[in-house]
Amino acid sequence: MTTEAIDNLSQKLEYLSNRPSLDYPAFNCPQDRILDCLQYCKKELGFDLLCDVTAIDHFETSPRFEVVYHLYSTRNPAYVRIVTPCVGDENPEAASVTGIWAAADWHERETYDMFGIQFTGHPDLRRILMWDGYPYYPLRKEFPLAGHEVDLPAADVVERTGVKVLPAPMMGGPFHAGQTGPMSKREPRADDESWTETKLQKELEKPHKPRELSEPKE
Amino acid sequence: MTKTEYAFNSKIEGEVIVTQADAVINWIRAHSIWPMPMGLACCAIELMAAGGSRFDISRFGSEVMRFSPRQSDCMIVAGTVTYKMAEVVRRIYDQMAEPKWVIAMGACASTGGMYRSYAVLQGVDRVVPVDVYISGCPPRPEALLDGLLRLREKIRGERSVSGLVKGREERELAYTEANR
Ligand code: SF4
Repeated sequence: MTTEAIDNLSQKLEYLSNRPSLDYPAFNCPQDRILDCLQYCKKELGFDLLCDVTAIDHFETSPRFEVVYHLYSTRNPAYVRIVTPCVGDENPEAASVTGIWAAADWHERETYDMFGIQFTGHPDLRRILMWDGYPYYPLRKEFPLAGHEVDLPAADVVERTGVKVLPAPMMGGPFHAGQTGPMSKREPRADDESWTETKLQKELEKPHKPRELSEPKE
Repeated sequence: MTKTEYAFNSKIEGEVIVTQADAVINWIRAHSIWPMPMGLACCAIELMAAGGSRFDISRFGSEVMRFSPRQSDCMIVAGTVTYKMAEVVRRIYDQMAEPKWVIAMGACASTGGMYRSYAVLQGVDRVVPVDVYISGCPPRPEALLDGLLRLREKIRGERSVSGLVKGREERELAYTEANR
């Protein structure tokens, strides 16, 4: 395999089109031909290592999601990037490539977990980072970094501790410099007090009692 | 509830020591705190360093890292607690035998640290009662050892005998109430 072979890939497989890229050769591939294309890359061009499967969310355009495959050839060091759009915008679907590289298994689970892309033909498509039953797909553009309020899955733990998944504070917090005065220059944070207010209120209502550590009384 | 010296001179005092039950129990407890290493992220590396010969946590009677909650006294939460892990931390805490303590090691365990995100529990004190918080990202092993000594001081001040009587449920309840 030579670099020309990669560069000429879009001539060889006429359904591919070149994709602008700053580093490695990259191609767009229609969803219905993606398995052919990747099979060809592996068998004929020797791309034996699937480095990564991820996705891009082009919020408010259609097709909204694209799956990105990064391939590497260990025998003849070269990278190539293949991108394919998903079918459907709200419930996107793409073909699973686990049949070609077994390594795709967890990559696709992660992509499913973060973007909600259904990989058809995947042997065991479950969430891998968030817990089963988490209602959102965190890397979608409409999902805020702070997250949404949901319940933890373990009902008994929730009952005992009252813990909940709460939106994370985007400002404030015990180790955080105040937003006024000279310190405020140090840590630019989102000026969002929605989370802190309730917590602050609770703190203010509690009678203040310093923790005693040492010197117990006789 | 004393902070008396426990030195014992058998020539002067004979074979009988008169003291308080609390003092004895606390003395025993404070000098053999077996940690449950709850190593969840980078802070665990410093926890390991504290166990190594250079910092040598065994100088303080805590070298017996128990990977079984049933044999440990103090859970050292060293690292980032995700919401997914929070449940596990709580369950392991529940399986530890009384008396038990918790050290939140580092910014993440104490407050969520720099991870202001949808996936990270903003402080492990939301699922387990924490006795000592250690600042730092990560804290140096000395800071952990200092935390351990603070915990020791805290244990010395506890009312262990009445604690034995009062029982676990009541304290548990107090924690839950305070947390709500
Ligand atoms: S406090 Fe810092 S060193 Fe410790 S777990 Fe968090 S990020 Fe890692």
